[in-house]
Amino acid sequence: MIHVLAFYLFAILVVSSGALTILSRNPVHSVLWLILAFFNAAGLMILLGAEFIAMLLVIVYVGAVAVLFLFVVMMLDIDFAELRAGFVSYLPFGLLIALVLLAEIVLGIGLWSAGPIELAQRAAPTAPDVSNIKAIGTLLYTRYIFLFEAAGIVLLVAMIGAIVLTHRARGGVKGQNIAKQNRRRPQDAVRNINQPIGQGVEL
Amino acid sequence: MTALFVSWGAPFGVAWFLSTIIGILVIALPVMLAVAMLIYADRKIWAAMALRRGPNVVGPFGLLQSFADGAKVFLQETIIPSAANKALFIIAPIITFTVALLAWAVVPFDVGVVLADINVGLLYILAISSLGVYGVVLAGWASNSKYPFYSAIRASAQMISYEVSIGFILICVVLWAGSFNLTAIVESQKGYYGFLNGNGFNPLLFPMAIMFLISAMAETARAPFDLTEAESELVAGYQTEYSSMAFALYWLGEYANVILMCALNAILFWGGYLPPVDWAPLYYVPGILWLFAKILFFFFVFSWVRATVPRYRYDQLMRLGWKIFLPTSLFFVFLVSGFLMLTRYGGAQ
Repeated sequence: MIHVLAFYLFAILVVSSGALTILSRNPVHSVLWLILAFFNAAGLMILLGAEFIAMLLVIVYVGAVAVLFLFVVMMLDIDFAELRAGFVSYLPFGLLIALVLLAEIVLGIGLWSAGPIELAQRAAPTAPDVSNIKAIGTLLYTRYIFLFEAAGIVLLVAMIGAIVLTHRARGGVKGQNIAKQNRRRPQDAVRNINQPIGQGVEL
Repeated sequence: MTALFVSWGAPFGVAWFLSTIIGILVIALPVMLAVAMLIYADRKIWAAMALRRGPNVVGPFGLLQSFADGAKVFLQETIIPSAANKALFIIAPIITFTVALLAWAVVPFDVGVVLADINVGLLYILAISSLGVYGVVLAGWASNSKYPFYSAIRASAQMISYEVSIGFILICVVLWAGSFNLTAIVESQKGYYGFLNGNGFNPLLFPMAIMFLISAMAETARAPFDLTEAESELVAGYQTEYSSMAFALYWLGEYANVILMCALNAILFWGGYLPPVDWAPLYYVPGILWLFAKILFFFFVFSWVRATVPRYRYDQLMRLGWKIFLPTSLFFVFLVSGFLMLTRYGGAQ
């Protein structure tokens, strides 16, 4: 009973905050609704018994990705009216993409639930006493180890690529050498002199 | 406690619900009381280090000072700037305060004395603490004012940077304990060299303990890392536009976070509710007292540092996080996992 109630609560919140992400006028509010959607999706994961995925969803998406979104959006100077002007002209195209995505999801789930993997899973489900951290770990580091490492390499390449693309050597920047700063002693910087009257200081 | 309500004739679901609510109150109210007393303790410690007297007027030895401050703040008017985004301006302190209390759900006070004994306890704490940044960012943005906005940008960059190294430090501990459950992590620290309790006595994890202490200060934006409210540059940082209870919520949330970080230090590295020495008579002292003693010790360290260490410059803070802590903690993840592969998990196969 309470399980069902919780499911509908989370599901309604996910869908409505997803809708509000698109509908709200202020982009910062959009990002906040998106965060709420992520958070409730994590709640749905917990109801499914996938607490590890739920926690990762919160840590990665809410804690890191959405903060960056928020960061960027907060600093953007957006003309809201201009942003919304194209809404109607883009609507058919958007609907088409939504339709394609929906078809893909339906097809994917349909094929998967009738396919050999799911049927095998139903015949031999994961043992209930194995926590899903262990289950995911075993699967990720044995059967999918190469895919996992390939994903890691793709991320690394993307990261280096982003640095290479945005990095530019600027002239006139005073870099700091911390070791040099720490080595500097008062006697290197300060000099006591007995200044005679009527003469300039020799620097 | 659920069993007690069931014996009184309540259905299981209702009994569980009631006992959980009682459990939440039993944890949250003492935490709030502790926050009030620790604010007093903090001020007394700074005063002692600066050769001042500190609060000494309200109540005996000034013990009621925090309550007087609380009452004063409560009676003030809440001022919402006219240019502020009202809803977010009000929600932001509520987020900070709620998040600071939420994480206490998984803190084990003794064997089995924990509100939610979940097997992803540490991940839960990471998830909750990563939410904390929203309270600050939203306050900065919703205030619609320069200084809070600068402060919010600083705070979010700082929190994200140090969360990365905290994540790696926690992974070291998790690898060693073989579990994300906080009770299991505490139990795994029993009996180093046959007589010491605590990961901190492990030479592989001791550097992590030190780094975690420093990262915890940065994560909670305490001095010397309190650049988010550096008064010489940013007035009061993201709290500049806040007054009355909204301001008090930030205050309480900040200190609740500090106590939580002290508790995490104790639980992850110094044996939590276990006595420091694995010696039978010490186990007669209730575990909760050991945990409190350790929390108080770390709290003293926090305010000691705050009273004595000058504030970091922002570039130094970022350098410490990204160029020193991140590589070092990553290296230690390799070291710990390699050591465990060679010893506990039976060598290369």
